[in-house]
Amino acid sequence: MGQPDVLVIGGGPAGLACATALAKAGMRQVLVAEREAEAGGVPRHAGHWGFGWESHGRLMRGPAYAARLLVEAQAAGVTVATGTTVARIEGPGRVVLHDKTGLHEVVAGRVVLATGAREGTRAERLIGGARHPQIMTTGTLQQMVYLKGMVPFRRPLILGAEWVSYSAILTCRHAGIRPVALLDEGQGGTDAAPRWFAPATRLAFAIPTLRRTSDPVILGRGRVEAVRFTRDGRQEELACDGVIISGRFRPEASLLAGLACPPGVILAGNVTGPLKTAGGAAMAGRGAARQILGDT
Amino acid sequence: MVQEFDVAVIGGGVVGLAILRRLAMSGLGTVLLERGADILSGASKGNSALLHTGFDAPAGSLELACVQRGAHEYRAIRDRLNLPLVASGAYVVAWDEAQEARLPDLLAEARANGVTDTHLIGGVALRMAEPRLAPGARAALHVPGEAVIDPWSAPLAYGRQALAHGATILSRAEVTGAAEGPGGWTLTTRRGEVRARAVVNAAGLFGDRVEALIRPSPFTIKPRKGQFVVFDVPGHTLVNAILLPVPSERTKGVVLFPTIFGNLAIGPTAEETDEREGATCDRATLEGLRARAVEMVPALAQAGVKTIYAGLRPATEAKHYRVEAVPGRAWITVGGIRSTGLSAALGLAEHVADLYASHIAPLPGQPPEPVWTPVPNLAEARDRPWEQGGEIVCHCERVTRDEIRAALDGPLAAGDLGGLKRRTRAMMGRCQGFNCGAEVRAMAAAAGLPDACGGEGRDGAA
Repeated sequence: MGQPDVLVIGGGPAGLACATALAKAGMRQVLVAEREAEAGGVPRHAGHWGFGWESHGRLMRGPAYAARLLVEAQAAGVTVATGTTVARIEGPGRVVLHDKTGLHEVVAGRVVLATGAREGTRAERLIGGARHPQIMTTGTLQQMVYLKGMVPFRRPLILGAEWVSYSAILTCRHAGIRPVALLDEGQGGTDAAPRWFAPATRLAFAIPTLRRTSDPVILGRGRVEAVRFTRDGRQEELACDGVIISGRFRPEASLLAGLACPPGVILAGNVTGPLKTAGGAAMAGRGAARQILGDT
Repeated sequence: MVQEFDVAVIGGGVVGLAILRRLAMSGLGTVLLERGADILSGASKGNSALLHTGFDAPAGSLELACVQRGAHEYRAIRDRLNLPLVASGAYVVAWDEAQEARLPDLLAEARANGVTDTHLIGGVALRMAEPRLAPGARAALHVPGEAVIDPWSAPLAYGRQALAHGATILSRAEVTGAAEGPGGWTLTTRRGEVRARAVVNAAGLFGDRVEALIRPSPFTIKPRKGQFVVFDVPGHTLVNAILLPVPSERTKGVVLFPTIFGNLAIGPTAEETDEREGATCDRATLEGLRARAVEMVPALAQAGVKTIYAGLRPATEAKHYRVEAVPGRAWITVGGIRSTGLSAALGLAEHVADLYASHIAPLPGQPPEPVWTPVPNLAEARDRPWEQGGEIVCHCERVTRDEIRAALDGPLAAGDLGGLKRRTRAMMGRCQGFNCGAEVRAMAAAAGLPDACGGEGRDGAA
């Protein structure tokens, strides 16, 4: 790994597209550090349609889109190191990487941080009530369903009515899971879905979107049994056997915790700014590449 | 098949496990009967993980004696069990004049309790020690001996050492009946009958119900709930020590404390509840806790919330521990360990061994050579396995695949997903399993933990 021209941290759409653009422009040593066993990022485990329009002008399923980005990077000569995570950023260009053999210091000409975003957790949202294993984010559910073939519940409730909440419905249908309803707290969503999603979802899948709800509380002894919430000033309760905590994306920027962005680090994709689709993140990655090429 | 033992300990919390360890190491044939799918399924799973000095314990109480004996013992054995300790010390912070006026009394109590290194410090010295503390902090009582420990690895180590000394630990073995015969007790459990010459009731939140199997319980458990908020900040970057409030009559109050896992947390609240299991959090209380933390350390206003949790403490109608050898019967009651169980556990174990020897039977004359069973380190301040390489599965908490495998197998393996988290820290970081949840659950499911995929934990015997 040694001394790449550019080290890209994160092998999702933004990181791969950035690295590909750099390599295509003639940069010789471009290293992508991807902590998971496979590169591709979130689309890897979103097995439904809807990916790639912004960057490739056509629609693909998530895994196909992820594979496409990876093949393009490798064809351009990018080195993609999987199972490789950043232990710490020590200074400009100086990064300590970790893989199964231990720690390795890398000195890179430039560092791109493309670590993406993740959904807000139950803790961050201060959602009260019982704690059980049948409570999870959409991201965890998608990985369980698409990568592991696991079905953790049959009749979950979805908290949130963002784009990803409707993506959760597609994931559920793939696994034969029938969500009970979506609960929209109506504020603080990072990525509100179009209004017509709600009536369309009710029509197509008989899943209602309940608006103007607040204070969801998860109930159940030994396992999830129901969610209680307030709607239009009245308390209601819906029986369910799981809860999908969806949306409220936030940057996965923990590497910057305690650091002012060190000089030479460029942020690309969902680690910064408003939430973008995978294709939008890839476009942002290409933009970061142009910025680097313009600087040098 | 009926199994026969010298002693059956009911309850796999930190107190029960410490007692099991002590009796097993003295050469007795022991069994522990736990109601849940894993050890630490009740009060012991959600506490503030502090090792107390007893500076504020009631003078002359059994609690004080056990806390001090237990803390001493913990320090003596912790290296051999690979248990961590962060000697953070604590400040009892006075935020107003009335509180400041109470500090000298607290100092006198601490000195009377033998905690002689305690002293008063003024506002300037306090701010030198804790520069991030809000300006309203007027003065403090400094208790250097208060420390932070790992609330889950310690009891796990006690249990494993007991196993190495021949103990049996049965989970999902709720005791539903106890009959006394000429040879001792026959306990009816969900896992079959167990015979033992003597019984120790360390059933925590269900202590009164277990007691009622043999006599009208002399106490009633009145569970007290405590909610906690854990901040997503490196613990020692904002606060060095444990920050205690000036206590009230009913509770030690809300504490801001560094955790052994490298975070900063606030809690517990003290709420009366009828719930004996499955403590729940509520948003208003959590917001109140977060606001209180920001009042104490304003820099926390920018901090995210890493996790939230609630624990239940087995309080009774009185403040003191309810510990006795029941006269004329081979039964020792260890009830109402409402707050200081983690600190006092090893001391209580010594006390129970004394009660056993004086009321039931002499301990075996030749105890076996101690076998030491070090546990994996989870403490952030010490070396952790990922630093040597290996495949990281949980990136937030940097937990390797080998660590997760080890917790799913081997002595006292995890019995449910919560138990796996407590043994490894996996899924306990800022993303709460968004990234690693599927992988960890798949590993757990493959190891036979049904709750990893919608079910409710496995039966376990060790």
